[in-house]
Amino acid sequence: MSTTAASTSGAAGSADSSPPRRNSKRPKYSKFTQQELPACKPILTPKWVISAFTLISVIFIPIGVASLLASRDVVEIVDRYETDCIPESLRGEKATKLAHIQDPLSNKTCQRNLTVPKHMKQPIFVYYQLDNFYQNHRRYVKSRNDEQLRKGREANTTSGCDPEDTTSDGSPIVPCGLIAWSLFNDTYNFTRNEQSLNVNKKDISWKSDRDRKFGDNVFPKNFQNGTLIGGGSLNPNISLSKQEDLIVWMRTAALPTFRKLYGKIEVDLEANDVITVVLQNNYNTYSFGGKKKLVLSTTSWLGGKNDFLGIAYLTVGSLCLFLAMAFFIVYLVKPRRLGDPSYLSWNRNPSGH
Amino acid sequence: MSRPGRIRGKLRWSNLYTFSCIRPHVLESEGGHSLQGPGFSRVVYCNEPRLHRRAPLKYPSNYISTTKYNCITFLPKAIFEQFRRVANMYFLLAAILSLTPIAPFSAVSMIAPLAFVVGLSMAKEALEDWRRFYQDIKVNTRKANVHGGDGKFCHRAWQKIQVGDVVKVEKNQFFPADLLLLSSSYDDGICYVETMNLDGETNLKIKRSLEVTLPLDEGDAFKEFKGTIRCEDPNPSLYTFVGNFEYDRQIYALDPTQILLRDSKLRNTPYVYGVVIFTGHDSKVMQNSTKSPSKRSRIERKMDYIIYILFTILVLISLVSSIGFAVKTKFGMPNWWYLQPQNTTNLYDPTRPILSGIFHLVTALILYGYLIPISLYVSIEVVKVMQAMFINQDIQLYDEEIGKPARARTSNLNEELGQVDTILSDKTGTLTCNQMDFLKCCIAGISYGVGSSEVEIAAEKLMAMDRSSVDMWENGGRDFRVSGIELEYGIIPKVEKAQKQNMIKGFNFEDDRLMSGNWLKAPDADAILLFLRILAVCHTAIPELNEETGSFNYEAESPDEGAFLVAAREFGFEFCKRTQSSVVIKEKFTFSGEPIEREFKILNLLEFNSKRKRMSVIVRDQDGQILLLCKGADSIIFERLSKNGRAHEEETIKHLNEYGEAGLRTLVLAYRKLEESEYSDWNDEFNKAKNTVGAEREGLLERVADLMEKDLVLVGATAVEDKLQKGVPQCIDKLAQAGLKIWVLTGDKMETAINIGYACSLLRQGMKQILVSTTNEDDHKEMKDNILMQITNASQRIKLEKDPHAAFALIIDGKTLAYALEDELKVQFLELAVDCASVICCRVSPMQKALVTRLVKEGTGKTTLAIGDGANDVGMIQEADIGVGISGVEGMQAVMASDFSIAQFRFLERLLVVHGHWCYKRIAQMICYFFYKNIAFGLTLFYFEAYTSFSGQSIYDDWYMILFNVILTSLPVISLGALEQDVSSEVCLQFPALYQQGPRNLFFDWSRICGWMANGLYTSLIIFFLNISIFSDQAFHAGGQTADMSSVGATMFTCIVWAVNCQIALTMSHFTWIQYLFVWGSVGTWYFFLLIYGMTSPTFSGDAHRILTEALAPAPIYWGATLLAIVTCNLPYLANVSFQRSFNPLDHHIIQEIKHYKKDIEDQHMWTRESSKARQKTKIGFTVRVEAKIRQLKGKMQKKYSTVSNHSGGS
Repeated sequence: MSTTAASTSGAAGSADSSPPRRNSKRPKYSKFTQQELPACKPILTPKWVISAFTLISVIFIPIGVASLLASRDVVEIVDRYETDCIPESLRGEKATKLAHIQDPLSNKTCQRNLTVPKHMKQPIFVYYQLDNFYQNHRRYVKSRNDEQLRKGREANTTSGCDPEDTTSDGSPIVPCGLIAWSLFNDTYNFTRNEQSLNVNKKDISWKSDRDRKFGDNVFPKNFQNGTLIGGGSLNPNISLSKQEDLIVWMRTAALPTFRKLYGKIEVDLEANDVITVVLQNNYNTYSFGGKKKLVLSTTSWLGGKNDFLGIAYLTVGSLCLFLAMAFFIVYLVKPRRLGDPSYLSWNRNPSGH
Repeated sequence: MSRPGRIRGKLRWSNLYTFSCIRPHVLESEGGHSLQGPGFSRVVYCNEPRLHRRAPLKYPSNYISTTKYNCITFLPKAIFEQFRRVANMYFLLAAILSLTPIAPFSAVSMIAPLAFVVGLSMAKEALEDWRRFYQDIKVNTRKANVHGGDGKFCHRAWQKIQVGDVVKVEKNQFFPADLLLLSSSYDDGICYVETMNLDGETNLKIKRSLEVTLPLDEGDAFKEFKGTIRCEDPNPSLYTFVGNFEYDRQIYALDPTQILLRDSKLRNTPYVYGVVIFTGHDSKVMQNSTKSPSKRSRIERKMDYIIYILFTILVLISLVSSIGFAVKTKFGMPNWWYLQPQNTTNLYDPTRPILSGIFHLVTALILYGYLIPISLYVSIEVVKVMQAMFINQDIQLYDEEIGKPARARTSNLNEELGQVDTILSDKTGTLTCNQMDFLKCCIAGISYGVGSSEVEIAAEKLMAMDRSSVDMWENGGRDFRVSGIELEYGIIPKVEKAQKQNMIKGFNFEDDRLMSGNWLKAPDADAILLFLRILAVCHTAIPELNEETGSFNYEAESPDEGAFLVAAREFGFEFCKRTQSSVVIKEKFTFSGEPIEREFKILNLLEFNSKRKRMSVIVRDQDGQILLLCKGADSIIFERLSKNGRAHEEETIKHLNEYGEAGLRTLVLAYRKLEESEYSDWNDEFNKAKNTVGAEREGLLERVADLMEKDLVLVGATAVEDKLQKGVPQCIDKLAQAGLKIWVLTGDKMETAINIGYACSLLRQGMKQILVSTTNEDDHKEMKDNILMQITNASQRIKLEKDPHAAFALIIDGKTLAYALEDELKVQFLELAVDCASVICCRVSPMQKALVTRLVKEGTGKTTLAIGDGANDVGMIQEADIGVGISGVEGMQAVMASDFSIAQFRFLERLLVVHGHWCYKRIAQMICYFFYKNIAFGLTLFYFEAYTSFSGQSIYDDWYMILFNVILTSLPVISLGALEQDVSSEVCLQFPALYQQGPRNLFFDWSRICGWMANGLYTSLIIFFLNISIFSDQAFHAGGQTADMSSVGATMFTCIVWAVNCQIALTMSHFTWIQYLFVWGSVGTWYFFLLIYGMTSPTFSGDAHRILTEALAPAPIYWGATLLAIVTCNLPYLANVSFQRSFNPLDHHIIQEIKHYKKDIEDQHMWTRESSKARQKTKIGFTVRVEAKIRQLKGKMQKKYSTVSNHSGGS
């Protein structure tokens, strides 16, 4: 079909109207439509490349050294106790260990002695570390209700908390869900030279969690009342915003091995101090063979003890230094003048195109 | 308007014409065809459109619609179209499943991007359809002159025209519907029709009405007019029509000569009346319109493979995940009391691990869906629309004269423009402008005309160049090529200036010996007089007074004829009037000195057709002398010359050869004096033949005409230039240098095609021409064998050729091509054609054009581009990978079928070399980058699964993941795809060799794709394990807190956003403020989002509440991890690219450097030298022609020198 714009009807009329219409079809000039916008065209010259690599190494190596030093500064005491805190006779079989830990009447108190290797400046953070515990399992992660945790009047909102949403008679559990239900409940008491060390359990969670995520008018209800008892229980008279252990626990960890903050010891510990820990070994990690560790650690500006960051920075930094040198040497040996037309393909192999 | 035409046009062409409008006088009254059976149900009541308002006679209105959708069908149809894409279907399924607990993400995070993507694509569809709708409106509201009753005609929109309406169509108007011709301004109901829109033929066709309707030639006559047409139902056949016309209780048979088809144009006829038979979509042209095939670019097809690969990877890792999950669920989960394994649903049932595994498979398929970039399609779509916009807006593709810009009519082939290997071009209207200029003539053996054709100018240029370069060579100048090129560019403006001086269309003759009456003094003035008279009398044109200038314009059947008449006018023989039986010539210069009007009685007219290749008129001049004036092809005329008419034969042949070599079209003029008795004898016989009824009539007529056209006396020859379009030779030269092969497919005869081949430098002296043709027509088998033999011989010849500079040209005609395209021969034919430097196919039908295109496309497997302007090119335009239509002339058929339209052939260079090159690189880089970024992101999800016992938990917040594709990484990649330029457009044009990066597919080959994928894999590994190790278990804060999942996730995501955005910044080589804004804006947006998201209610943001302000930003380790990840991720790419650039640079790298250091300005000599060398090895084009010439001269010099030295040595 013909849709030509050059209409042929009414010769006189179209003759008059054609010039303006023609002009209107002319593309309007703008730098953008003509693709002529001023542009920066950086190119990777050897000079640029060598200096970039050098620059990276100059920045990275000091950072690596600094982080490595920071990490080395941190003093860390790790004590694995899950096996040692089971009476010796019961240690052999998984079943006996389980029976021991699940027996509400058995004595779970256990005493550990830790020697401080180096001077530890306060605050000294107390962590518990679990292993092989999938806090990041999808079933687990989803099993909570933020609405309920936040607002007192939303106690009945338990969607997503299945199977730990309501008790058998249908009344809602606060806080509901598997995460809260499996709350860690080992406890630690520290003494140094028969002098009890106070563990400060305040401010171990994020402030915004306390202030905005866990309501101060939300109180535990029907918690751990069911037939299945999971982990620790909560004092129904203290609002959730003050139950910092729960708040810390509810921040699910990314990996199956994780540490969580238990409290802070706010006095310095001297080298060779012996610290006695009296712990209640309540939490069941025996069914899935998870380790339990007690960790005392100071922090640096970078956080806890982890050499990885420093090493990684040093590695990358030195790699860049190596590359810079390699490029430099190769450039010295076999220099290419920039913009040398003899490297154009038609000059390099004039015959074969 | 019609009055003067009517008076002027009292002509009965049928009495003049001999061959083309043979009227079967007798049959007409003998009743019509028998129209029985299905397919012949149409009844039209003429002049009674009311009757067609109700069933069963209600036919579709004349409203046409080419849109795909309307308001109601848009949604369902467009949605259906969208979900025909496999990827979209996958995302739809994922979105539906996200409503169930199987899905790892919230429903909104799946549905929102899908809705966005589908919505955007649909919006594009809607916009394109709106444009079509707008076009339709323009057509539908055109005005036509329709009989409104009582003999009054009024203007009405095309769409309101109904079957049965009587319409009046005036000159140069299109027919609004298929009409039955009732009468025309000529007495015998003849009219001329231009069918260029339908079949691409530029010659006018003659239509004539029935005898009985001739009186219906005035408005008043239609007061009482009634008639009934019974005819065939609508069908697409353009050349057939069967029907009966019942009028005055008589039945008359109708045939195609009475039918005027919609979209053809009335020419040379002031007006016609017709009655509407088929309207709107019933009309033949609409029935003919085929939906243009949807084409996909090579890159996109390859992209599909990558998508399949990614799908495979997706399925594979999903399987790994679900097997892992099933195993973990069966053996691990019973021990995980904190998950209450005894209370689970099917999703996590340790007692039924296989079922859970299957459910998990679905979860995993959705979770890892980020490997398949949902936004890839939409980003590509957006980018292509923008690229198309840049093509549409390019001022340098805008033709000032016609006022038409270039149009990318489909946006999905932009990058294909950068990969073209073979161009198949039409000739008329594409390479040439279908305008003939009278340039030279040869009268009585003397050549007149000093004006030179473009080819001759080129030849002169060559000679000049040769001289200068030979000088240089002799003087020890090594780089003779440079001077040649410079010279070429120096001369072109001069040529253009020469063209501008020529003001008269069709006349480019310069020779004082003939102009302004000087010929009267020439020794053979008689011959010249005769020559000019033949020009002025022997034709079928009609003069038309141009009131502004007072001179005459001519409506001729072919442009050659028009050029002759203009020439005659300029020489002082103005053809000013045609009556039924005479032609009046105003002779300005006579021997008596007085201008005089001479009347020639036309006794007979034996018109031109392709078989006869000649036309003659028999006239009686004022002295009563009967003359036969004849013009025709040289081969035809020379064999009909009388013994004493060959006086100047030798010289004429010599001049004819010169003209031919210069690329001019030649005709030979001759005459014969007739005795009265001789004529009347012949005329009796002729009339007898004319009145014969039956099949033998035509043969008889021809034989009789043959008797008359003999014993001619040679007068002279004409040479007409088939004008090339502006810039065609230069464009072809550049395209050849860019490594493109050019084939010419033309409907014209071989001689013309070869002429144009020379004119465009597709052929040159010294090129070995391979003519494949057939001689005998009888035996099919024999002919085939013959052709096969010719082809194998030619192939053999090429194989045995030792000279590296030897070039071959294949020239084949349509009849031979028909055999060559058959299955048994086509492989050999293609092999031969590919070995030849240029291929010219003549006399090919539209169908053959398409077949050749398909052969090249499928046989070589390379990208083909077809360019043409007429409806006869539609087939090849649709068949080729890319179809380009020339929108310069009126025929829009080709443009409507094309993918790109440009106003002139010369714009093809910029379209391919600049836009094609850019678009190819942009899209290639963009797709590679897309896969890179999605692999980098998607695989981190998979690694994390291994740490969650494959439970299907993702480490990132759902919102991060939505944003990743839709906002955080989409704009930079779009800016890469739309704005990246490796080199500027000037450089692209100066260095045509750069174009070869596309056809060689340097930027989207598997090694590059795999490299990018490996880069993605590397990035994902680095980011995941770096973060996992850094945030393993210790405190990440001076405050002692350990990192939870949300902090690790947010940090990891920060690293990814940084890494992929830095990567794209490294990839780009052209930064405008837009790229800066988008790339760094994306990174900024991420932090901004994290801030805002953290401020929202904790029930909404969950663990991400206040994450940036409280947890991440104060932690140096967060920033440290980010910096480390950015550098580590981009290090290999940077090292690799720097290495490549330093030691194995690509051409555009060097040019970038030259430009960067402004060496092109400092060392202009080097710059021009390199740009002249930057071309592919080619054997066609102007520059090569120059080189060949220089080689030849050098060879000669060498020989001379050696003989001289031998000589001196001997003495």
